[in-house]
Amino acid sequence: MKRVYVNEEWCLGCHLCEYHCANANMGGVTPQDMVRNLRGRTIHPRIRVEDGADGGKINFAVQCRHCYDPMCVKSCIAGALTVEDGVVTHNPDKCVGCFTCVLTCPYGCIMPDGDGKVVQKCELCLRNKVGAPACAEHCPNRAIVYEERGVM
Amino acid sequence: MAKKFVIIGNSAAAVGAVESLRAIDSDAESWEIVLISDEPHHTYGRPLISYLLFGKTDEERMKFRPDDFYSANKITTMLGCTVTKIDASAKTVSWSKDSYSGELKYDKLLAAIGSVPFIPPMDGIDTVPLKTPFMKLDDAKLLQERVDADTRVFIVGAGLIGLKCAEGISKLTKHITVCDLASRILPSILEAEPAEIMRNWIEGNGVRFMLGDTVSEFKGKTAVMKSGERVEFDVLVLAVGVRPNVALIKDAGGEVNRGIVTDQFCRTSLKDVYAAGDCSESYDITSGQTKILALLPNAYAQGYVVGRHVAGLEDKPYDSAIPLNAIGFWGKHILSAGSYVGEKYEVFGKDGSYRLICREDGLLKGFILIGGNDVHDHSAFDRAGIYTNLIKDRIPLDTLNFEEIKDRASLKGFTAEARKRKLGGVER
Amino acid sequence: MEQGKIYLSPEHEIVRDNDKCIRCQVCERQCANKVHSYDESIDKMLANDENCVNCQRCVSLCPTRALKIRRCENRFRENNNWNETKIRELYLQANSGGVMLGAMGTPLDYPTYWDHMLINASQVTNPSIDPLREPMETRTFLGKKNQKAERGADGRLVTRFNSPQIELDVPVMFSAMSYGSISYNAHESLARAAAELGICYNTGEGGLHEDFYQYGSNTIVQVASGRFGVHGEYLMAGAAIEIKMGQGAKPGIGGHLPGRKVGPDVSRTRMIPEGSDAISPAPHHDIYSIEDLRQLVYSLKEATAYTKPVIVKISAVHNVAAIASGIARSGADIVAIDGFKGGTGAAPSRIRDNVGIPIEVALAAVDARLREEGIRDEVSVVIGGSIHSSSDVVKAIALGADAVYIGTASLLALGCHLCRSCHLNKCNWGIATQEPDLIKRLNPDWGYKRLVNLVSAWKHEIMEMMGGMGINSIEALRGNHLMLRGVGLNEKELEILGIKHAGESI
Repeated sequence: MKRVYVNEEWCLGCHLCEYHCANANMGGVTPQDMVRNLRGRTIHPRIRVEDGADGGKINFAVQCRHCYDPMCVKSCIAGALTVEDGVVTHNPDKCVGCFTCVLTCPYGCIMPDGDGKVVQKCELCLRNKVGAPACAEHCPNRAIVYEERGVM
Repeated sequence: MAKKFVIIGNSAAAVGAVESLRAIDSDAESWEIVLISDEPHHTYGRPLISYLLFGKTDEERMKFRPDDFYSANKITTMLGCTVTKIDASAKTVSWSKDSYSGELKYDKLLAAIGSVPFIPPMDGIDTVPLKTPFMKLDDAKLLQERVDADTRVFIVGAGLIGLKCAEGISKLTKHITVCDLASRILPSILEAEPAEIMRNWIEGNGVRFMLGDTVSEFKGKTAVMKSGERVEFDVLVLAVGVRPNVALIKDAGGEVNRGIVTDQFCRTSLKDVYAAGDCSESYDITSGQTKILALLPNAYAQGYVVGRHVAGLEDKPYDSAIPLNAIGFWGKHILSAGSYVGEKYEVFGKDGSYRLICREDGLLKGFILIGGNDVHDHSAFDRAGIYTNLIKDRIPLDTLNFEEIKDRASLKGFTAEARKRKLGGVER
Repeated sequence: MEQGKIYLSPEHEIVRDNDKCIRCQVCERQCANKVHSYDESIDKMLANDENCVNCQRCVSLCPTRALKIRRCENRFRENNNWNETKIRELYLQANSGGVMLGAMGTPLDYPTYWDHMLINASQVTNPSIDPLREPMETRTFLGKKNQKAERGADGRLVTRFNSPQIELDVPVMFSAMSYGSISYNAHESLARAAAELGICYNTGEGGLHEDFYQYGSNTIVQVASGRFGVHGEYLMAGAAIEIKMGQGAKPGIGGHLPGRKVGPDVSRTRMIPEGSDAISPAPHHDIYSIEDLRQLVYSLKEATAYTKPVIVKISAVHNVAAIASGIARSGADIVAIDGFKGGTGAAPSRIRDNVGIPIEVALAAVDARLREEGIRDEVSVVIGGSIHSSSDVVKAIALGADAVYIGTASLLALGCHLCRSCHLNKCNWGIATQEPDLIKRLNPDWGYKRLVNLVSAWKHEIMEMMGGMGINSIEALRGNHLMLRGVGLNEKELEILGIKHAGESI
C-alpha cells in the first residue's frame, strides 16, 4: 500500500503542506478554494511540520503513518477508527471526542478537529476531492512522497 | 473439523479476540466462534453510555462494530444468555436464558466478563425508590427515561463513572449532587492539585460536590450524611466503584486475587481458559505491580493477544500494560498515563492547563495533561501519544533530547536516525 | 568608503493581492533576502521591496497566487541617452567607489546570431529520415582524430583512435561550474545527470568533492590559474582535463571566491584554508606563450600517462582563430571556446557586458582557420556561451562545433530564475549558495531528473532536425554550412559565418 513518507533531509519547513492539507480536507482543490476556505481562519491541518530539530537546522512534516497494527484503532472506545484497505480511517459521526487515540498514537498524529468535538486524522486525501495526498503533490522539494515501501 | 472457541462477553476484549483470531483464521477453517453475553445488545462501546445521555451519540452510532460484525466474522451469537457455570474439566459452560438453559462444549474459552458494580452496605438502601449503577446501556436508558429537568440526581462516588454520569445527565437536569468519602475527585487518575483544578471546573458547570462526606443512612428519597447534612433526591446513582467479575472462574476453581490471575498470554490457571478485560489482572510496567487496569484499550489488547494465542501464535505477549486514561468533562480534557512516581516536572498554566511529567531511572513513568479553560486550545495535551509511547516502549530518555519535548510533545526530540526509522517506514 | 546618502527606488515591487493572501507566511519563510514579514498587529504581510532580487521564489510557492513582482514604476526622468541603468550604476559607484559586480551572462541586448540562422530540410530530391523508425547516431567522440585511415594485417579498417577520446551519447556537456560557486546539491545533480545521459559535466576550478569521484568517467576536471584542488588522483579521476585559460563572461581577468563561501567542505576540496579568499589570477603565471601552454598540456598528459584528452578553454576574443590554431599546435586534444554571453557566478559587470565577441562568429572563424591550416582533425572544438535550445546545438554543429557546453540552461533546468544574484550567496533556489538551509532547497533526486529530461528532450529534437535534413549521423552535420542560411545578416556577417543568405541556392 502506498503511504506518505517524509524525507527530512529535504524538508524546507515552508509549511505549504499544512495549508494544502487544510484546504483539501475542507473540500478544496484549487488556489481559489484555498482563498475561500482558509482566508482569515486558523487552519487545522492533519499534517504538521515540526521546526527546529537538531538545533534549528532540521524541519520535517508528520502525519498518520497508517500503522500496520494501529494503536488508535485498538483503543478507540467508539469503534470510530477502522482500517479500510490499509488506510486508518476515522468516522466523525461515531467519534465522541474522548481523545483516547490522541493518548495512544505514538506519532502524535491524531488531533482534535477545529471545533474540538471530535478528532481528525490524515486519510491520504482518499475521501476528499483531491483523491491523493495533497501534501505530497504540493511539496516543492519532494520532501514528502507518496509511495510504496512495504511493511518491514 | 473446526474446533470451538467460546467467548463469554461482548465488549472490547471479546471483539479484540475475534478480530485477531479472524485476521489469521479468516475463513473459520480452524476455529468456530461462539459468543455468549448476558446483554441482548449488539456490541457497543461501554464508556459511551454517558455520551448517550449527553446527546453526543445514539444507540445506533454507539455500536462498537458494524451491524455485520458477527456474520462477517462467522460468529454464532448467544445474546441475552447468562453463563452460570464453567466446568473446566469437562470443558463445558452452562447457560440460561429466561426459562431455557443448556450446556456448551468448548475447546478454548475466553472469560471477558468485565466488572460488577461494588455497592458497600449502606443503611436504608432498600428504602430508596429509584436507584441504579452506571455501567451498562440499560442503566443509561433507565436514567434517560426517568430523569427530566426537575429531577434531583444524587451520585455516590466522584470517580470516573460517577462524574461521567454527572456530565451526561447534566443535559437532562441541573440538579446534580455528587458525594465521595474521599476529599478529592478522580482519585484513581489524579493527584490532589490537578484534582482540585478539575473540581473547580466541574463545579463551574453546575455540579454540587460533597467531598469527604458519605451517606450514613438512606430514608426513602433522603440521604442523611455523616456530616449531618441531608440530601433530598429523586434518583440515586451508585458509582462507588467496580470490582472485577471473578465469580465464574473462582467457582470453577481458577486462581483469583482481586481479579482473575492470568499469564502474559492471558491464560488463567484453568486449562484452555483465558481471561481478558476488566475481570482480569494486568502487570503495570510503570509501577511493577499487578493490578486491575479496567480500561478499554487494555481490554482490547488482552483480547487481541488471546485471539492470536488461540490461533497458535505466541509472538506478541501482553507485556506492556500501563494505566491509560483519556477523559473529558464539559470540554476540559485529562490525558494521563502510567504512574506518578520519581522526579516530577509540574507546570500550572496561566490558561488553566496543567502538566505533570514523571521520570524515574532514566525512563518516563507517567504523566497527567489537562487542557486549558479555553476548550478549543488543546496545546496542553496535544500529541500526548508520543509520551505514552516512551512509557510503553521503555525508551531510555538519554537516547533523545527529552528537555526539548517536555513542555510540548513532538518528535523533534528524537535523533534523526530514530525519526528516519519511525517516519521512513511502517513496522509490522 | 561610502560617501553621503543615495536615494534609489527599489528595482522591483512586490504586488500582493490582499484578497487572496491567506497569511500562510510561506513567502516569508522562503525569502533569504528577508523581503516579506508578517505584522500581527494589522494582520497583514508586509514587503520590503528594496531587498527583492526578483528571483520569483515567493511568487512560485504562493499557494493562492496572491503575489507578483513587477518592475518598480518609479523611474528617473526619462532620457534615452542616460537610461535608468546607467544612472543607477553611476550613483552606486559614486557612493561606493567600487567595481560593479554581476552574475550570470550579460543581460544586454546584443545580437544573437543563432536566431539569424535557419536550418535546412529535405524535400523530394533527397528523402528525410524518420528517427523513430531508423537509426540516428548522435554519439560523438572528442579528441585528436587519426590522420590516416589504416588497415590491419587482416585488411580490415582499424577503428581504434590513436589518442584518448571523450565519448558522448549526445554532443552536449554541462559547463564548468565550480563547487563553491554552486552548491553541493547542484553538483550532485549535474554529476548524476551526466552519468545517466552518457555525457560529461565539468568541475570548474573548485576541485572535485570526494563524494563525486564515483562519477569520474563523466567528469571533466579543470586546472585553472589558481590550481585549486589539483592533485594526481584528481587528474586521474576524470574523463578529461581542461586547462582554463579564460571565461567568456570575464575574458582577461581572474576569479574570486570570497572567504565566507569557503566552508569546511569547500576548503578541503580546494585545498585552501577555511575562510580564506580563493583568488584565481588573471593569467596562469607560468603561461606567457603557446610554448608555455604546451608545457602544461604535456605535464598533464605525463601525469596521467597519456590516458586523458586535454582541453584548453579560452574565451572568445578578437584574435580567437589564431589562438585556437596555437592551441591545436600545443598538443591539446580539444579547444573549448566560451562566448561573451556565457555565464558566471560573479564578474565585474562592465567586463561581462563589454568584453569579448559572440560565440557564433568565434566558432565560424576558428573552424575556418583550422581547416585552412589543415589541422582541424588535430583538435575537437567545443563551444559554449548561451546555448538556449536544441536548435542552437544543431546550428553550432553545422557551423563546425564538435559539441557544446551548456551552463545557464542547465541551471535553469534546476530551477534558476535568472535573478542574477549568484554573487550574494543567498540563492533562494538552492543553486548558487553555500548556506545549509538554502542548499537543501535543491533536492538532487529530482534535480538530476530534470537535467536528464532536458537533455533527452534536446536529443529527440536534434534527431528530428537531423532526420529532416536527411542526415542520420551527427558526423555528417558537423561543419555542414550548407545546412544553414542567414536571415537579416549583412554580407560581412555572412562571410565570417561562412553561410549563404536565405533564398540563395547552393
